[in-house]
Amino acid sequence: MIINFLFAAIKAGTPLLFGTTGEIMTQKTGNLNLGVEGMMFMGAFVGFFTGYKTGSITLALLAAFAVGVFAALIYAFLTVSLRANQNVTGLTLTIFGTGFAQFFGERMIAAAPDKSPKLPAELVAALSEKAIPLLGDIPYIGKLLFSHNIIVYLGVCIAFICGIYINRTKAGLNMRAVGENPAAADAAGINVTAVKYIHILAGGGICGIGGAYLSLINGGGVWNNSCVNGQGWIAVALVIFASWSPVKAILGSLIFGAFSVLQFYVPKDIIELPNAFYIALPFLITIIVLVFTSMKKSKEGAQPAGCGINYFREDR
Amino acid sequence: MQYPQLSLLLEAGGILACNRHLTASHRVPAVANYFLTGEIMQKEKTHATAIELKGITKTFGSVVANNQIDLSVRKGEILALLGENGSGKTTLMNMLSGIYRPDSGSVLLNGEAVTINSPEDAIEFGIGMIHQHFKLVDVLSATDNIMLGVKGGSRWLKKTRSDKIQEISRHFGLDISPEKKIYQMSVGEKQTVEILKVMYRNANILILDEPTAVLTPQETKKLFDILRRMKAEGCAIIIITHKLNEVMEISDRVTILRKGESIATVETAETNAHELTELMVGRPVELSIDRPENGFEETLLEVHHLTVANEEGFEAIQDIKFELKRGEILGVAGIAGSGQKELCEAMAGLLPVSKGAILYNKENIIGKSPEEIIKMGISMSFIPEDRLGMGLAASMGMVDNMMLKTYKKNKGPFVSRKEARELSKRLIKQLGIVTPGVDTPVRRLSGGNVQKVLLGREIESNPNVLITAYAVRGLDINSSYTIYDSLNEQKQKGVGILFIGEDLDVMLELCDRIMVLCHGKVTGIVEAKTSTKEEIGLLMTGGSGKEGSADA
Repeated sequence: MIINFLFAAIKAGTPLLFGTTGEIMTQKTGNLNLGVEGMMFMGAFVGFFTGYKTGSITLALLAAFAVGVFAALIYAFLTVSLRANQNVTGLTLTIFGTGFAQFFGERMIAAAPDKSPKLPAELVAALSEKAIPLLGDIPYIGKLLFSHNIIVYLGVCIAFICGIYINRTKAGLNMRAVGENPAAADAAGINVTAVKYIHILAGGGICGIGGAYLSLINGGGVWNNSCVNGQGWIAVALVIFASWSPVKAILGSLIFGAFSVLQFYVPKDIIELPNAFYIALPFLITIIVLVFTSMKKSKEGAQPAGCGINYFREDR
Repeated sequence: MQYPQLSLLLEAGGILACNRHLTASHRVPAVANYFLTGEIMQKEKTHATAIELKGITKTFGSVVANNQIDLSVRKGEILALLGENGSGKTTLMNMLSGIYRPDSGSVLLNGEAVTINSPEDAIEFGIGMIHQHFKLVDVLSATDNIMLGVKGGSRWLKKTRSDKIQEISRHFGLDISPEKKIYQMSVGEKQTVEILKVMYRNANILILDEPTAVLTPQETKKLFDILRRMKAEGCAIIIITHKLNEVMEISDRVTILRKGESIATVETAETNAHELTELMVGRPVELSIDRPENGFEETLLEVHHLTVANEEGFEAIQDIKFELKRGEILGVAGIAGSGQKELCEAMAGLLPVSKGAILYNKENIIGKSPEEIIKMGISMSFIPEDRLGMGLAASMGMVDNMMLKTYKKNKGPFVSRKEARELSKRLIKQLGIVTPGVDTPVRRLSGGNVQKVLLGREIESNPNVLITAYAVRGLDINSSYTIYDSLNEQKQKGVGILFIGEDLDVMLELCDRIMVLCHGKVTGIVEAKTSTKEEIGLLMTGGSGKEGSADA
């Protein structure tokens, strides 16, 4: 029972992990992108559509990544090159991405046989949960950690790679400096614009994969026009919960994944709460987390100081 | 990149030491090159020009910041760049370091025309700038800041990377803890990191923008030792400063800018402070500060056993006691961070007081809100180290900033800008504030002008007690004297002034009495007329104070 619950929590937390990791990469370079929801929606549709047409998991994920990069490129061009307000641009991207996915999603539904686009069987099989040989046989742990679908492992790998990249490499150091104090980074000879573009784009791509997870895995192989449904927003809040560390984001997304599947594992005969409560729960927790994390005063593990502010070298 | 062994370094140092004894005409360029290649650089003549600017012009919108400026600096020379606030010194240097690009004019590096398009280019040309507002990332360590953006080498951050940093620090007698985070550092330490950052990149042309503005006398002396050492090793150094005694002490030549134009270049040995001031201001200026006497005797403010804990819970002010008379300027001296800021904030009602009392006309003001305190006639102007911090909203214009203090006098829901606009115009005239207009955001103004806006507003609110911290920080001579005059004018009106300052020479001339703080305690209150700089310096480090035993 507990194992089943945690297993489901991991499954439900993975899209959050992608979204959170992507947003951490973006914020660490000094840009607050509120368009995570939109980028995930675009990734969800394009990933699903590619999988629907080609049946290839690789192509589906690549396409989702590419459309995330594309969406982030719009954001980066507006905020970095044209220095538009980051909050407004991000919100607009969310509205655009949601509309994009639902518009084309509707067309796809209309064109599909029995008005229900289903993924090809071979793709569903490739996406199914499979135990890793040997490791998957370990009692409890095997089921919990080594019997997931392939995208779960991809998400954890990306989070670890991003964590190492940020903290252990020179490029990561440069990126942190740009996010904290772009003027200092600039004076040190770092190309601020290039660093911002690279990481905003990478972050967008990662968010796109998170969206594809929602449509490919959570939808059970059938397209659903509201598959992202606020997960992008929770990811933005999780960034704060994870104190801008992709590795901590793994734990954070697991906890939030657990909240989102809690309703199926609480014995109904003992505690009876309305369904609406469980649906609202992750959002309620988000608010509580924000209240507590905002009370923290330390300079480290805080939002990059330059986050949300556009940089212009000759500004005085 | 490979680092030579220590022995090799010592050898290089030896060669350099020898070099210094050679005839003055043969020296080697910056020592930092030795750290990298270990090769002996070809000997070059000193007095060869390192960098030359010809006809540099730069405009910001309608403001001409630099107009046809010529300037040159030689190898092994310290050039002082002197000018009033807003005369275009920082703009000019920002063009050398690649932050701004000139509209016209040329830059010659070792006689060859070059274009500096970005800070990256400047670093490549061996130009290193130490900015007035340090360009450091707060949450990173000293090492990370120094290593930032350095090209080549491993892609990974390594534990051993501070070797070269330590070698450079040892060579120049610098002292830092490589893993300490910037936000935990004092201003002096931050500057050391900036210097190391520049040396690590093998700069041989060094630009320092008001490096001593926030340093203690001891730190300044240390900095000058380092600069002399770099000069001896062939670096070309440009230093921007307002302090004439420092110009006379450290520089070989002085270039004077006035209103964006280069007025003159003179040999330091052939000039004096008076001549430099005249060149800078454009007319003769009296260099002594008045200390008018007045007949006020009554006590305005009494502070008893005041103890204040700062935001981190550390007792920044411990059991201090003093009184302020009407018509008196009481100076507060002390090394930066001795509790000056906390004292100001406690008196203005911004920090809670743990113990003690502050009596204003026999009424205790502790527990009152900042607004009530202002209404009682106690006014504070604190110029923080980065200037734009307390008291002004950077992106608002002068008019709106004036209204921050007065808008509550308006009746009804709407505000009237008329009075504030007139006040702004009056201040611009009175204090000689240089601004394109009263609605220009104050962050666009040069540092000195920002200060005048802040201080002007506080004086205009007709306070009975004026607390001013670092009122002339980074200000040029003319502006400083305008401010001293304003303060004296207030004093004659019977205002009690608490003058928290840095420059002991000025305090000895301006103040009536000087209270010395050391680690949050009062180590002495002396009569300015009879005291000396040395006496105060000793008190600052806790030297002769009874309570100073815990200090080094």
